[in-house]
Amino acid sequence: MTNQEWKFTSKDIAAKPDLFLSGHRACAGCVPATVLRLVMKATRGPTIVTEATGCMEVVSSIYPYTSWATPWLHTAFETAAANASGIEAALKIMKKKGKIKQDQVDVIAVAGDGGTYDIGIQALSGAVERGHDFLFVLYDNEAYMNTGIQRSGGTPHGASTTTTPAGTSVPGKLEYKKPIADIMVAHDMPYVATASPYYWRDLITKVRKGLEVEGPAFLHVLAPCPRGWRSDPAKSIEYSKLAVETCVFPLWESVNGQCQLSVPSRLIALAPQKKKPVADYLRGQGRFRHMFGPQGKNLLEEMQLITDEKWQRILKKCGMEKQP
Amino acid sequence: MTSDEKGWKEIAPAGVCSKSSTLFLTGDWKTYTPVRDPAKCTICLTCVIFCPDGAIHWHPEKGDIEFDLSFCKGCGICANECPTKAISMKIEQE
Amino acid sequence: MKSLVKQEKTAMSGDEAVAFAVKQSDVDVVAAYPITPQTIIVEKFSEYVANGEVQTEFVCTESEHSALAASLAASATGARAFTATASAGLALMHEMLFVTSGCRSPVVMAVANRALSAPLNIHGDHSDSIAQRDSGWIQLYVENAQEAYDSVIQAFRIAEDFGVMLPVMVGLDGFTLSHTLENVETLPDDVTKKFVGPRLLPNILTHEGKTVPFKLDPDNPMTMGPIALQNYYFEFKRQQDEAMKNALAVIQKVNDEYAEVSGRKYGNGLVEVYHLEDAEVAVVCMGSTAGTMKNVVDELRQEGVKAGLLRLRAFRPLPVEEIRKALENVKAVAVLDKSLSFGGNGGAVFHEVRHVLYDAKAKPYIVNYVYGLGGRDASPIELRGIYNDLLRILEKGVGNPIQYLGLRE
Repeated sequence: MTNQEWKFTSKDIAAKPDLFLSGHRACAGCVPATVLRLVMKATRGPTIVTEATGCMEVVSSIYPYTSWATPWLHTAFETAAANASGIEAALKIMKKKGKIKQDQVDVIAVAGDGGTYDIGIQALSGAVERGHDFLFVLYDNEAYMNTGIQRSGGTPHGASTTTTPAGTSVPGKLEYKKPIADIMVAHDMPYVATASPYYWRDLITKVRKGLEVEGPAFLHVLAPCPRGWRSDPAKSIEYSKLAVETCVFPLWESVNGQCQLSVPSRLIALAPQKKKPVADYLRGQGRFRHMFGPQGKNLLEEMQLITDEKWQRILKKCGMEKQP
Repeated sequence: MTSDEKGWKEIAPAGVCSKSSTLFLTGDWKTYTPVRDPAKCTICLTCVIFCPDGAIHWHPEKGDIEFDLSFCKGCGICANECPTKAISMKIEQE
Repeated sequence: MKSLVKQEKTAMSGDEAVAFAVKQSDVDVVAAYPITPQTIIVEKFSEYVANGEVQTEFVCTESEHSALAASLAASATGARAFTATASAGLALMHEMLFVTSGCRSPVVMAVANRALSAPLNIHGDHSDSIAQRDSGWIQLYVENAQEAYDSVIQAFRIAEDFGVMLPVMVGLDGFTLSHTLENVETLPDDVTKKFVGPRLLPNILTHEGKTVPFKLDPDNPMTMGPIALQNYYFEFKRQQDEAMKNALAVIQKVNDEYAEVSGRKYGNGLVEVYHLEDAEVAVVCMGSTAGTMKNVVDELRQEGVKAGLLRLRAFRPLPVEEIRKALENVKAVAVLDKSLSFGGNGGAVFHEVRHVLYDAKAKPYIVNYVYGLGGRDASPIELRGIYNDLLRILEKGVGNPIQYLGLRE
């Protein structure tokens, strides 16, 4: 890990040419697209990107058009981390044999929640266990959006999706959101972090840290999807802010297992009166609309309980549970 | 299907993409178009950073930003996030 | 044929012969997962790695699906990649086999042919690779450990040929070849390395309007593996089919060039013709059974029977001309299948040989013997019985066209 942190201004970032190009076919207000733009702004030099099947893959590579100004490979849904393993191994050996010109080539694997929590988890776990030097970026829009908003392991409890609709008998997804970042920390890997695009400085800093780390790094980014969340496209970034302010999606990083809350969440830990009620985040999202109806009170209370319990666990993990 | 789609003998193999998406103008998707009030704009560049389509450009040599309406899909994130409410979304006129 | 270089003769199993061929072929990345009866390939290779005998990144992936994904990605980065598997492992790779071919990635894979579950069976038959005949991979089936060594070396040249650029799988019979010791003649390291040559890359046009080497390179970005909608997908598939057609000539060429270096040739590379010039009865088969069959044919010839054998070395691309020419003057043909296409009225090789001869001037009787499933041994006596059946057919016509050799009724 470098000791010198990269300092940048909004002008620096804005002036950097986009490597995730305009003209992609993402929906209006798609925050995964913002996330990828910002991730690519954080690159430090020659970079190869490999991506799993999903929204961002499909919208950016409709033959003959491509939105990628870097080398980019897609093979299948499960394989973002397996691809990254192969690319990294090839670069390593070809450099040894004098076949690679560049001094350093970064490898980034990109996947949605489908290609990370569920069908992609095997390859991810294997690649991390083998210690390949790459950054895995999860853009989490909390369902299989590209195929029509079906539930994933990352879909939160109570969310209405097309395979867990909120009906008269069953109020949305009964299962809970898999703690993927915690699972990655349990792999004893060098760097794991969560990020939210509203806090773009934090996001960009974490991407750069992940690239600089030697060995595998994992970045879990919340990426609101107005289509799947059935929310106002204009508020998509705002939801990524509310998720942090309500502690539904706390921001933290784990460096060699040492956990630390990031500034936006740390401010709430130090001043708990700043913590907003979960309803502020859920309101306006069609996938949680049933929680605001006549049958919804219990569900809403349950959501607050789950969020609070998870928040206390994070505080404990980051050594901040004794805060007043 | 248009007539400038090539046959199998002419297309590069393996599906390697042959055009940049910057040739595919998504600006005609929008219903609402962003309108900026330069008096309120502080050039904080928040809109440039958040735009999912990279449709707002920062021109350091001009010291100003520019909206590229040929890619803007009219999502309204820029208007929603602008700290001084300098951007408003108006129905796009034909 | 006289060889030009001094070769070393060592006792090796088929798996060891494959590992040795990979060792000599300047492979950059081996990404693999162990499965019986391929395990000796990866174990032997990892010994080479541990002793510093190869300059190869050896990636022990967590499954075969990831093994092929990693090999494909390494190949896309410009590296020479190899993997190996069998049976369920090949089945698990199914999705990625199509992707590898579609990405025109010249990965070479050894398959220690083994039966598919269920029930579980670790022994040799061809059901694993026959089930993948549509995947766009070139398929070679070898008769012995010597040919396994020779074919893996040739496979890199075939796959990487600019007119082909398709992945190649080399099938060797599970246990019968993979685990049985044979005398294998190996070329000196420098001779093999020179024959295979460095991995060269064809040039390709990218979205930046540049024509550059086909690999993931930050200096010349390109997008590989896009989504192609209804208006483009078909054209890419047609290109793969054309590459298969080109492979017919390339397999022959590489076979000839290899013969000049090693003194060993396998028919014309696509098929091996044994005593077929004036044969009245013939058998078509693939793999190690052909070795036993050659002995049977020799015996029959000594007794004055006009028997012959056609061994298919290449199953994909299907050597249509060679099959037609070899069999159109034979009177009765038995096609052996070491796999079964349930509900398909016979095995895959039977279907394909029959369809080739449909347009021939003179049509032989063609019958099918399904045999050897799950490693069921077929003795020389049983195999000789096939020729007896064919002779009977010449007199009395075909009874049951599809039979199961060695099955307990």
